[in-house]
Amino acid sequence: MATVTPVMAGRALEYWLRSYRGTWRASVFSGFLSPLLYLASLGFGLGALIDRGPSGGVAGLPYAQYVAPGVLAVTAMQTAVGESTYTVMTAVRWQRFYFAMLATPLRVIDVVLGHLGFIVFRLLLVTVTFAGVGAVLGAFTSGWVLAAVPVAVLVGLAHATPVMAFSVGRETDVGFGLLFRLVIVPMSLFAGTFFPVDQLPPGLRPLAWAAPLWHGTEAARALATGRFGLWPVTGHLAYLLVWTLGGLAAAVVCYRRTLVR
Amino acid sequence: MPVTSSVVRDEGRGELSTRSSSSSGTKAGTAVRARGLVKRFGDFVAVDGIDVEVPLGESFGFLGPNGAGKSSTMRMIGCVSPPSAGELTVLGLDPRRDGSRIRARLGVVPQQDTLDQELTVRENLVLYARYFGLSRAHARAKADELLEFAHLTDRADDRVEPLSGGMKRRLTIARALVNDPDVLLLDEPTTGLDPQARHLLWERLFRLKRQGVTLILTTHYMDEAEQLCDRLVVMDGGRIVAEGSPRELIEQHSSREVLELRFTDDDHLGLEVAVRDLADRVETLPDRLLLYSADGDAALRAVLDRGVSPESSLVRRSSLEDVFLRLTGRSLVD
Amino acid sequence: MTALAKGLARLVVIPAGAGMSRAVLERNLVVARRYWVSILSGFVEPVLYLFSLGIGLGSLVGQIPIGDGRVVGYAEFVAPALLAASAMNGAIYDSTFAVFWKIKYGKIYEAQLATPLGPRDVALGEVAWAQLRGGLYAAMFVAVMLLAGFLSSWWALLALPAAVVVGVAFAGAGMAATTFMKSWQDFDLVNLAILPMFLFSATFYPLSAYPEALQWVVRLTPLYHGVSLLRSLTLGTVGWALVGHLLYLVVMGVVGLLIAARRLERLLLT
Repeated sequence: MATVTPVMAGRALEYWLRSYRGTWRASVFSGFLSPLLYLASLGFGLGALIDRGPSGGVAGLPYAQYVAPGVLAVTAMQTAVGESTYTVMTAVRWQRFYFAMLATPLRVIDVVLGHLGFIVFRLLLVTVTFAGVGAVLGAFTSGWVLAAVPVAVLVGLAHATPVMAFSVGRETDVGFGLLFRLVIVPMSLFAGTFFPVDQLPPGLRPLAWAAPLWHGTEAARALATGRFGLWPVTGHLAYLLVWTLGGLAAAVVCYRRTLVR
Repeated sequence: MPVTSSVVRDEGRGELSTRSSSSSGTKAGTAVRARGLVKRFGDFVAVDGIDVEVPLGESFGFLGPNGAGKSSTMRMIGCVSPPSAGELTVLGLDPRRDGSRIRARLGVVPQQDTLDQELTVRENLVLYARYFGLSRAHARAKADELLEFAHLTDRADDRVEPLSGGMKRRLTIARALVNDPDVLLLDEPTTGLDPQARHLLWERLFRLKRQGVTLILTTHYMDEAEQLCDRLVVMDGGRIVAEGSPRELIEQHSSREVLELRFTDDDHLGLEVAVRDLADRVETLPDRLLLYSADGDAALRAVLDRGVSPESSLVRRSSLEDVFLRLTGRSLVD
Repeated sequence: MTALAKGLARLVVIPAGAGMSRAVLERNLVVARRYWVSILSGFVEPVLYLFSLGIGLGSLVGQIPIGDGRVVGYAEFVAPALLAASAMNGAIYDSTFAVFWKIKYGKIYEAQLATPLGPRDVALGEVAWAQLRGGLYAAMFVAVMLLAGFLSSWWALLALPAAVVVGVAFAGAGMAATTFMKSWQDFDLVNLAILPMFLFSATFYPLSAYPEALQWVVRLTPLYHGVSLLRSLTLGTVGWALVGHLLYLVVMGVVGLLIAARRLERLLLT
């Protein structure tokens, strides 16, 4: 049974890829352009002030190089969360194509893995583009950025699976607005993306350390700049993996509860 | 004429409050007057120069198939669609200049419900009343009264979405009554409803008619037009092709009775030739022949005497359906 | 005076209305009662940005010169810009996505226009609602600025009404743009206009960071005028330039509203 799952999930993935051919235009702006605009405004615009400022850059790096891996990780997270909230609701309630899939030999696990496969595909598109353009602009200077791309994909997955579990049973999309405002945006702003966590008041730092995004940002930054120690990076990746797999287990349970009755 | 009137309840009978001006069916004045009225959308002529006059207190119908120009006419009367040419006055006023003042005295039931999905049943009534500038207290009292009228009191605090089609339609009609309108415009009020819901609606509309509200409605249902309309016009291709009371129209354009014949044989044309002289007029439809005659039974005997043997036969009174068939050569509902 | 008014009225034909926009506003308030948690949470986002940029980045950026010889901390510098940006974002949401839904799916205006209400009432009522909500957010944000000690002048009293002016400008323009939209895909264009403005209109760093030519491009954007207006008021660097900023925004709002009402008339009253 376990051996046929990849094949079955592949069929669900094929559905997603085919439908994306009709809708990819809508994701161009949010997926590709907006992270580059953030990089330009904060990395280079504000970065010019920071690099001339009292600290002369951050953590020994020009600000653009400091912030670029952070933006890479945040972009991965936001892309993944977008795909696992509104898209899941569309698949369950608005267009019900999860049910169409389950009316075929596909099983719940195949549906979940198929959708995740599509999210990986989207994450690869977004992160590779950002890393490429960022390198051209001089925000990534080391060939190690290639290693940061899969880390960013893992960041996406670590958020996608628990959010899928959260989304599948929702009756309306009201909760998504709150999820973005109260969880995703604060994480984006405080979990080490734009400035080191030790700039935060001491009481708030543990919150940032607990966020999977912070581990992703740290690992992506260490790899992208080529200045990393093996054990810290391994630790961060392990933490992300725990979120991914824990979320996956939760997602399968929640999907079954909602879709199979 | 004052637009607002105090809420007066008819003791015990659950009747709607009636307008202060008049509660009988006789009112002086004209609800709608159109001369050479035209509506064009680009090159397409939806309404092609119609003349209509509806006195206050009358129930008036526009009868015709889809695309005849009924809804465009209704939207012009409702002052949400400027006429392309011709004259139009509603309640003696010019829609182009006094749209807002006219709409204050109309109740509109559009073809497709425009209920507010984000509000409850009661809120739909209260806020709609507020659009007419009615006071909050009046709006609330009116809403309670109309909930009862529409048989929706126990659904008052539900959202609109889960209501059945018939309930939504009743709510739309109730909503159109919040301002105690002089004229109620109903665009295909019962299309898409099951027979039971239609009869309930007709009963409500009949009550309004009795209270002196001018009803102007469009329909492509013959039975609806016969039930509700004092007078009607038949529209086809943007023009009026006949006008009168249902009785008059039938007398003018059809015989007293109709003999319907069905055959197993598909050669309807040949059969038509065989019986043509036995009736005033014969219509050949895909599935049957209609023989128009003052005495249907006599016509049937003559048909049988001639050796033509139908699979089944039916003698009935003429209806507006027959009038329409005569006037346009088409049947009304597809 | 009356001759002038008449001439103006002939020049810009004012769309019909019954002076009843408050009924449209009331409808939105009744609906909002049901979503109050989600509406209230809209206030959180700009405050989070303020703390992230001001506290997290502030010490890295250092002091910013504000033109009159004084220097201020980065948080103080960026706070009024975030106030302007949040006024813009709130107004854009309410006047684009929400209005599009109401035109296309909710049939809200179709029902309203069958009553004495006219297109002008609808346009004004919607913008008034957007401003009530935006004004609430702005008031809460100004209160946060006050508590944080970021208000260094009595002129700051005018920050709240100024934020509402920024909101009206964007709500008018947003609603006008929405009447031209055909599908949800078109809203990418809204994002395409809004995000670059948010990021580049001298929001996060002074205009002087740009080369001369780019500075002129930035000066054309409406958010630049909103940011400059609010920054002058909260930092107390008030001058005649304020009048220019204000004029730009008021004209944008009024023209947007007129176009919106006209277009609603064309869309719904055919």
